[in-house]
Amino acid sequence: MPFIPHTEDDVSAMLTVIGVASIDDLFDEIPAGLNVAGLPRVGPGLSEAEIARLMTERADGDGRELCFAGAGAYDHYIPAAVWEIATRGEYYSAYTPYQAEASQGTLQLIYEFQSMMAGLTGLDVANASLYDGATAFAEACLMAVRANRASRSRRVLTTRAMSPAYRDVARSILGGQGVELVELPLTDGLTALDAFGAEDGDFAALAIQQPNFLGRLEAVDQLTDWAQARKMLVIGVCHPTMLALLKPPGAWGQAGADIACGEGQPLGIPLSSGGPYFGYLTCRLPLVRQMPGRVVGRTVDLDGRPGFTLTLQAREQHIRRSRATSNICTNQGLMVTAATIYMSLLGAEGLRRVAAQCHANTRALVTALTGLPGVVLAFRPFCHEAVLQFDCPVAPLLEGLSRQGILGGYDLSEDYPELGQALLVCATEMRSAADIERYAVVLKGLMTAPLRAQGG
Amino acid sequence: MKTEPVIFEYSRPGRRAPSHAPAEAAGPGDLPAAVLRTDPPALPEVSELQAVRHFTRLSQLNFSIDTHFYPLGSCTMKYNPRACNRLAMLPGFLGRHPLGAVERGQGFLACMHELQEMLKAVTGMPGVSLTPMAGAQGELAGVAMIRAYHRARGDGARRVVIVPDAAHGTNPATAVMCGFEVREIPTDPSGDVDLEALRSAVGPDTAGIMLTNPSTLGVFERRIGEIAAIVHGVGGLLYYDGANLNAILGRALPAAMGFDVVHINLHKTFSTPHGGGGPGAGVVAVTQRLEPFLPVPMVTCEAGRYRWLTGRERPQSIGRLSAFMGNAGILLRAYVYMRMLGGEGMRRVSGFATLNANYLMAKLRESGFEIAFPGRRASHEFIVSLKGLSRETGVTAMDFAKALLDHGYHAPTTYFPLLVPECLLIEPTETESREELDGFVAALVAIRDLARRDPAQVKAAPLTTPVRRLDDVRAARDLDLTWQSKRPATGGA
Repeated sequence: MPFIPHTEDDVSAMLTVIGVASIDDLFDEIPAGLNVAGLPRVGPGLSEAEIARLMTERADGDGRELCFAGAGAYDHYIPAAVWEIATRGEYYSAYTPYQAEASQGTLQLIYEFQSMMAGLTGLDVANASLYDGATAFAEACLMAVRANRASRSRRVLTTRAMSPAYRDVARSILGGQGVELVELPLTDGLTALDAFGAEDGDFAALAIQQPNFLGRLEAVDQLTDWAQARKMLVIGVCHPTMLALLKPPGAWGQAGADIACGEGQPLGIPLSSGGPYFGYLTCRLPLVRQMPGRVVGRTVDLDGRPGFTLTLQAREQHIRRSRATSNICTNQGLMVTAATIYMSLLGAEGLRRVAAQCHANTRALVTALTGLPGVVLAFRPFCHEAVLQFDCPVAPLLEGLSRQGILGGYDLSEDYPELGQALLVCATEMRSAADIERYAVVLKGLMTAPLRAQGG
Repeated sequence: MKTEPVIFEYSRPGRRAPSHAPAEAAGPGDLPAAVLRTDPPALPEVSELQAVRHFTRLSQLNFSIDTHFYPLGSCTMKYNPRACNRLAMLPGFLGRHPLGAVERGQGFLACMHELQEMLKAVTGMPGVSLTPMAGAQGELAGVAMIRAYHRARGDGARRVVIVPDAAHGTNPATAVMCGFEVREIPTDPSGDVDLEALRSAVGPDTAGIMLTNPSTLGVFERRIGEIAAIVHGVGGLLYYDGANLNAILGRALPAAMGFDVVHINLHKTFSTPHGGGGPGAGVVAVTQRLEPFLPVPMVTCEAGRYRWLTGRERPQSIGRLSAFMGNAGILLRAYVYMRMLGGEGMRRVSGFATLNANYLMAKLRESGFEIAFPGRRASHEFIVSLKGLSRETGVTAMDFAKALLDHGYHAPTTYFPLLVPECLLIEPTETESREELDGFVAALVAIRDLARRDPAQVKAAPLTTPVRRLDDVRAARDLDLTWQSKRPATGGA
């Protein structure tokens, strides 16, 4: 039987020590009516070779599409060392570092991660991770509502250019506590303030995404100053790789944003159908006691040697129970391990080059595709991702591209009907000039008759 | 004893591991200068070998299942089969973009659909959503569904969620996140829920109760049928915290106990890695009346083709809980593990987990340790109380935990549940051998003998770990949460 080491002799000796005749006797406190004889619907067990064959067939059948989609998950190169080391058993099979003396590896790594994320975002402190970018956004909103003592508002202002998935998830999570998310409208793909008036009332925070979901660069300095003048905290939702190139939230406006958060996946985490990824969260030091999740601190041991431990635990559910800052317990530790190794291998210059190359490749992609009749760029300038508008339906185009092994982008028509038939596209540093050319050639073929006539 | 410098201490300006980034540095192109960063972020500048060596050395400072017996109660630290990791990391799975065409993800979706079906069998429930990314998020999903259910019936008066005092801290924290008040009820001396207290706690304001069974006290809640009748009798629902599902796998179904919703920690029962604190997966299963409220997305199969069910098709859903579809790679690992076990293997998991716990409990009792609930059968875990020994010698459960590290064992869960003083919550799991358990008993006996002879020595433990006991007060008072030395001023202003 897999993974159970007992011999028959072990079993009989152990039963004798306990004083029962069989393993089934150990379940005699379960009332008779509740017992089931087994799980026949689950089927028989497979050997490792059998399951390996099944999984390999399925994975090979799925294959890999040539990816021109971003929209929250990005196809970056991951150095071999990242997962070779992250899946070492000492990281892979340890748990939350409650016993600090036996967990210095995990604890020090989290401290290094916190340092790197604080550096990237230009803020003072970071936590040990949240589940993903969307839940990090939701937790940042809740944190801002708790932390903003100048405003009693239970509303957070965000924008229609915030990731639609993040807004959905935040609504699922904020609703329970009666916190409301309100959206500013867009002009030319950018958050617009002109419609906002005094009658719109108080908000605990303004949350902006940079670059925004449509690949536009928001006027973050102006938005930050505007919000802080109205006693709102400012939450910056940022793509971490692009932060190697762009002004960090801590430097936005006169005083800097108060909280930053986002999706950590670009930092060495595989696409993997959407998870596991990790959310990051950083903030200014005075807000640290409102932070959700684990935080590691550096201290000294009995001999005065430096060491690391979980700290500020009075915020957390295992101490504070119903008065905790969040219910989060397990976070995304192994993903943080990989991201910390990734950032160490890339460094600031490597990460900046990745960011710049992504932007350059997306520009090349936009140039190639807008060279086709019926394709126009929606907004300029753009950063890292771009919206293309089509004069024909995009859904059949995406299907046609997929048949030829190309993931052509994200169809915006459901989330942003005002953009018409539009695709959000992205070419990371992984895409070559030949890849981009191939996309353009295949797309051109699809956009000529007869398919176009069918689709149109 | 050894320590490892912080990675920033290896940093030298201009040192790089250049094979990992584009060789040509593209300029910022058309990006306006006002949006650009002026100072580079404070990331380490190290070579590839320095990074590899550093993170390998750090790993060696950890205790883990692969290196040490890790009997952390309520965490189910069983062996994580390597096959699960390798097969979840096949290139066809890793390279799939979450927004990719479903036609190009049929293999992955087939695994997810079969996983949903296996989880239905394990819980006895007809509806499953794989979305929640950890136990606590599974709890949030479960309690949010209870809230949505009452609201859909037009019953807005149910403000209270009942939680036993033995519950995991996430239970009350979750209830509050979902907008409920928490009403705590006590445990009776035998370790079961105090039924009289429950009867007087319920009423028209009861939304539901959150229970773990077997409870965190390591005993099966024998009167679960009566509890279900009481709560259902006032119109409330029952939430099952699946933290301890390993104890009853293939032996009792949460649905048959009367529960309406259950979350399962795949990183416990189904052996996905704990990863130094995650990622987990907290899938939820529900009875028919809660099915419409399940979080999206879910996988459905129509004429042999798999696809996602989205919010549009599930208008009463509590919504999305992750940007995409949860911790997909963790779900794949659980799928591989469950297929390797099969139905019979799952039943043996609970059998041997319970055998190991009862054996360990019997041996410790034999050796003179005080068992918190001596009249009860252990589930897959049990509690030793060191209250008497602590009074006699001054050595606490914390001291015991630290001394165990010197013997090469990770400590059990300490000081939880809160209602048993000086407690050790011990969960050996089914993957440990009898010799390992005997060695653990010998270590506890040796520590106790030392505590009686020379308590100061126990209080000085650990001595063999990379650091000795840490100054937690200083950590919280003089906050040092990021590496400061050599950090240039950040920002672009």
